[in-house]
Amino acid sequence: MPEPAFLFGQFVGGLTAAMFLFMIAAGLSLIFGVLRILNFAHGSFYMFGAYLAWQFMRWLGPGTEYFWLAALGAATGVAMIGVAIERLLLCRLYRREELYQLLFTYGFVLILADIAKIVWGTQQLSVSRPPSLSGSFEIFGTTVPHYNLFIILLGPSIALALWLLMHRTGVGRLIRAAVLDREMLGALGANVGGLYTIMFGVGSFLAGLGGALVTPVKSIIPGMDVEVIVEVFIIVVIGGLGSLWGTFLGAFVFGQVLAFGILIMPRFSIFSVFALMAIILIWRPWGLLGRPLSR
Amino acid sequence: MINRIPWVLVIFLVALWVPWYGSRFYTFLATDIAILALFALSLNLLLGYTGLVSFGHAAYFGIGAYTSAILMKTHGMPFAVSFPAAGLMAAAFALVFGYFCVRLTKIYFAMLTLAFAQIVWAICFKWNDVTGGEQGMPNVPYPDMSWMAAIPGLGGLRLGDQFYLLVLVLVALAVAALRRIVSSPFGRMLTVIRENPERAEFIGINVRRYQLAAFAVAGFFAGLAGALFGIFNRGVFPDFAYWTKSAEVLIMTILGGMGHFWGPAVGAMVLTLLNQQITSYTEYWPLILGSILVILLFGFPGGIVGALVAAGRRLTRRGNA
Repeated sequence: MPEPAFLFGQFVGGLTAAMFLFMIAAGLSLIFGVLRILNFAHGSFYMFGAYLAWQFMRWLGPGTEYFWLAALGAATGVAMIGVAIERLLLCRLYRREELYQLLFTYGFVLILADIAKIVWGTQQLSVSRPPSLSGSFEIFGTTVPHYNLFIILLGPSIALALWLLMHRTGVGRLIRAAVLDREMLGALGANVGGLYTIMFGVGSFLAGLGGALVTPVKSIIPGMDVEVIVEVFIIVVIGGLGSLWGTFLGAFVFGQVLAFGILIMPRFSIFSVFALMAIILIWRPWGLLGRPLSR
Repeated sequence: MINRIPWVLVIFLVALWVPWYGSRFYTFLATDIAILALFALSLNLLLGYTGLVSFGHAAYFGIGAYTSAILMKTHGMPFAVSFPAAGLMAAAFALVFGYFCVRLTKIYFAMLTLAFAQIVWAICFKWNDVTGGEQGMPNVPYPDMSWMAAIPGLGGLRLGDQFYLLVLVLVALAVAALRRIVSSPFGRMLTVIRENPERAEFIGINVRRYQLAAFAVAGFFAGLAGALFGIFNRGVFPDFAYWTKSAEVLIMTILGGMGHFWGPAVGAMVLTLLNQQITSYTEYWPLILGSILVILLFGFPGGIVGALVAAGRRLTRRGNA
């Protein structure tokens, strides 16, 4: 039996990873919930968030306030890319078969990956932690960097903000209506197309934010897009596609399974999360907290 | 009338001459195309004929490749054993995975096929003792082709050319079998299921069982393609089962046109040739491929063959008028 301090360290590590992934997965889940599209390019948006944050940091220089500015700027930039893709192209595919929508977003995985290579090259890039969060503290014998604590607190805050957006605002009410019955909502005179664009923008923003905030702890490399998309697919499937709290739960489970799976089966921890995804799909295709699709 | 022509035989006979008329490079390309065409055609049994969107078809390609490579390299088995074994192993896995997949519909079906394919990839990636892990299995041996020397005219060929002829014969047989399957009552039933699963159920068809059978058959042929590709590629790597590989074969199928039997083969050919041309002067092949894909989805949803068939129809109609 390993020491409790060590186990706690694993737990915190898993939690930090989970909160990063939650940000990205929440965006994917929101987009799926409303548009019924599984966006493969979501991982590419995450990668662009990271690259843009690095770019902004280079222009702005080091400093805490610049880091936040860069992160917000990167997320906004990614949201703009997402909105452009949705408005100009994707919106024309809504009436087509799912296969075409899937392949369309995959086409953008290829395109965005190469654009990133052209602009930023293939070498590893990294961003340093914002100075005011560069310290760390000790709890139960585990050293936790302040930055990781910030991420652990940011995850639930974003979940709460999204919940408030969905349940306490007019736009949120429309979004929930669109999830239930988009045709009826359109018939009632709501601008469903505009709603889709907003959702796609918000989802992309979250992916970009996740990418920007991950830069101090992970180096930016080509291939991070296809790697992360598989991880967030697992998360949204576990929690339930389109369900906010399901995604939160899914991210938590994913992080812990990965963190402790490494202790139990060092070589096959990655296998265990895929197996978990398969089991959930077989047992409850709509996920732990999701709802079965009505059609 | 055009359907009366035995196309498998015609294409086979034309392709047979590549080693004599082309350079070594053309033989190489032709081998690549033949194998990938079989892979894409096997996917189309699901996609075009049964209406099942599999996003994990690379799993069966990978399983076939690893089965054949392990048998030939680790256990020294002859190709005559490893090749059918690769197909059967892939079919067996497809049967198990498919059993769960066909219970789901649409997006969930695609997700579960993807999950199973990633499981296969993860196992290949990490099981160092058997699959070589991340490094894969390099130097998969060529099959023993010394018997070819006994056939007049084939003795003087290079090893690569001999292997090409072997691939061509095997792929032609496999494609002929696929063609028989899709035009058999079983294949017709798959089309019925694609068009209207509920109706099929009402007239007493066990839809899931048919879908599962199609899944296993498609897995079998993908496994055969994988076995050939492992030898052709001189090595088997975990990438063979990664999800981007599944996406690639989907693109081939859509590019050629999933509404026609030969569509995926045309897609495999066009994509391979294009790749060859474009990578000779730019490294940004994915950018081009992605753009082609997006244009295709908007402009030619029926793929190349779909567009040609439509154009041909328009011409004949004008001719009759």
